[in-house]
Amino acid sequence: METYTLLRAFADSWMLLLLFAVFIAMLIWVFRPGSTAVHKDTADIPFRHDDKPAPVQE
Amino acid sequence: MLNYVKLVALALITLFAMIAANYARDLAYQVHMVLLMMVSGGLFLVTLRATDEPAPAVPTHEYMDDVVRAGVIATAFWGVTGFLVGVIIAFQLAFPSLNYDWAEGFANFGRLRPLHTSAVIFAFGGNALIATSFYVVQRTSAARLWGGNMAWFVFWGYQFFIVLAATGYVLGSTQSKEYAEPEWYIDLWLTIVWLAYLAVFLGTIIKRREPHIYVANWFYLAFIVTVAMLHVVNNLSIPVSIWGSKSVQVFSGVQDAMVQWWYGHNAVGFFLTAGFLGMMYYFIPKQAERPVYSYKLSIIHFWALIFLYIWAGPHHLHYTALPDWASTLGMVFSIVLWMPSWGGMINGLMTLQGAWDKLRTDPVIRMMVISVGFYGMSTFEGPMMSIRAVNSLSHYTDWTIGHVHSGALGWNGMITFGALYYLTPVLWKRERLYSLSLVSWHFWLATIGIVLYAASMWVTGIMEGLMWREVDANGFLVNSFADTVSAKFPMYVVRGLGGTLFLTGALIMCYNLWMTVRAAPAKAPLGTAVPAE
Repeated sequence: METYTLLRAFADSWMLLLLFAVFIAMLIWVFRPGSTAVHKDTADIPFRHDDKPAPVQE
Repeated sequence: MLNYVKLVALALITLFAMIAANYARDLAYQVHMVLLMMVSGGLFLVTLRATDEPAPAVPTHEYMDDVVRAGVIATAFWGVTGFLVGVIIAFQLAFPSLNYDWAEGFANFGRLRPLHTSAVIFAFGGNALIATSFYVVQRTSAARLWGGNMAWFVFWGYQFFIVLAATGYVLGSTQSKEYAEPEWYIDLWLTIVWLAYLAVFLGTIIKRREPHIYVANWFYLAFIVTVAMLHVVNNLSIPVSIWGSKSVQVFSGVQDAMVQWWYGHNAVGFFLTAGFLGMMYYFIPKQAERPVYSYKLSIIHFWALIFLYIWAGPHHLHYTALPDWASTLGMVFSIVLWMPSWGGMINGLMTLQGAWDKLRTDPVIRMMVISVGFYGMSTFEGPMMSIRAVNSLSHYTDWTIGHVHSGALGWNGMITFGALYYLTPVLWKRERLYSLSLVSWHFWLATIGIVLYAASMWVTGIMEGLMWREVDANGFLVNSFADTVSAKFPMYVVRGLGGTLFLTGALIMCYNLWMTVRAAPAKAPLGTAVPAE
């Protein structure tokens, strides 16, 4: 089989399925239970440490 | 010890540049090698003088802001330069006699056009992205930039790239790939600088003091990684000689066209969209003083954009030798892309929920909001133009140029201006901007300028498309190409005026920022001496 045909067939079957599955998994992960508190905390990051870095713990 | 290695390397580079300047086969290469010789020779002297001197202590308890300050200055400088060249070439199109005989071969439209596009995209936009990413990644990681002076290498290395590219265009060194014109040795240099940029950015994220990576950094990181990949693949070429600037592309024919527009459209998607969305996700919440509307939506926005953008390139090649399935794929993904784009726009706009009154009092946030508005408008226009039937009317006409400018001037320009207005008082420790009414002047001049620009290009683009396809009763084409050129004259003048207004606004901004540093009341002295903790 030609490389072109082989890659073409792979791209619009298994690869497409894989990419789509990864995308759906991301959606589920975003809406997982308990994520809202994490997201709220992360969204507040720009409002901390405006002037200097966090002190380094030894 | 490291200094001795540097000295040897710089001496060798200087020597090579001298030999190369002597053997040079074309003027652009010769000029570039003389530039390289002067830069590396100068660096040799500086390094030599610093060798065996006590190194100044590195302050670890404060952010590295001097390189960001330099980036703000460079952004404003290259912005004005790029807008000025744009205004010049707009009037060259309207009045061809401005392509002076004495400047033929150096400053005619064909030479200045890539100078304009690269100056605004890579010099203005690129410096804005590097400066803001260095600022944002430090604040959101609560850590100083990784790699010490490597950030300075990135900054000056990038300026050197811009100077090489710009002088190369004027002297006629180009590999004739749109938005990737610089020749092989400039591409190699940019690759080195870009990998250093990636190292600094990633190093800072790795040593962050926050458990999570803020969404702006995701966008910046996607921009840096993808641009590295695009740049390397699209610039695969073999130099004809090591002593000359000419090179030959590895791909040919339709493959080369597809690689070029895979690069070209993702340069829009990752350079001009993902990177600038990083700016949006940091500076709009900061200026509005409230967190982003929905963090969940921002994650979905990010991944949807990444998954979709990379496929949209073939819509630049409708009705060409490209296989039908590929151009259909590009068209479908471009249309699907409309949704994440508007998700991001909604996220940016709704961040102002409960703070809409700021639009009345704060011209900086007004600038950011109109920028997101233009983002929404051009990400609707783009998918529409990618539809094959619409594209048959719009392609090769000035509609495309209008679309690009509503995105570049409206979205990229305005969000960058907003970020510069935010950063200048913070970085130079001033209480406030010098004048808010001057920001308002800038806002209205720029907005009216873009409206004139986009509207005139819509009119002239659709007119051109209709004239090109008009046939008489016997099936013959009615208009010649020159007929459309003369019909476009009034719209070209309006476009030039719009550009002039936009340039005037940018000059007002430079004055305002300059006076902010010079005259606005200081909050604290620069370079705060924080006691060791």
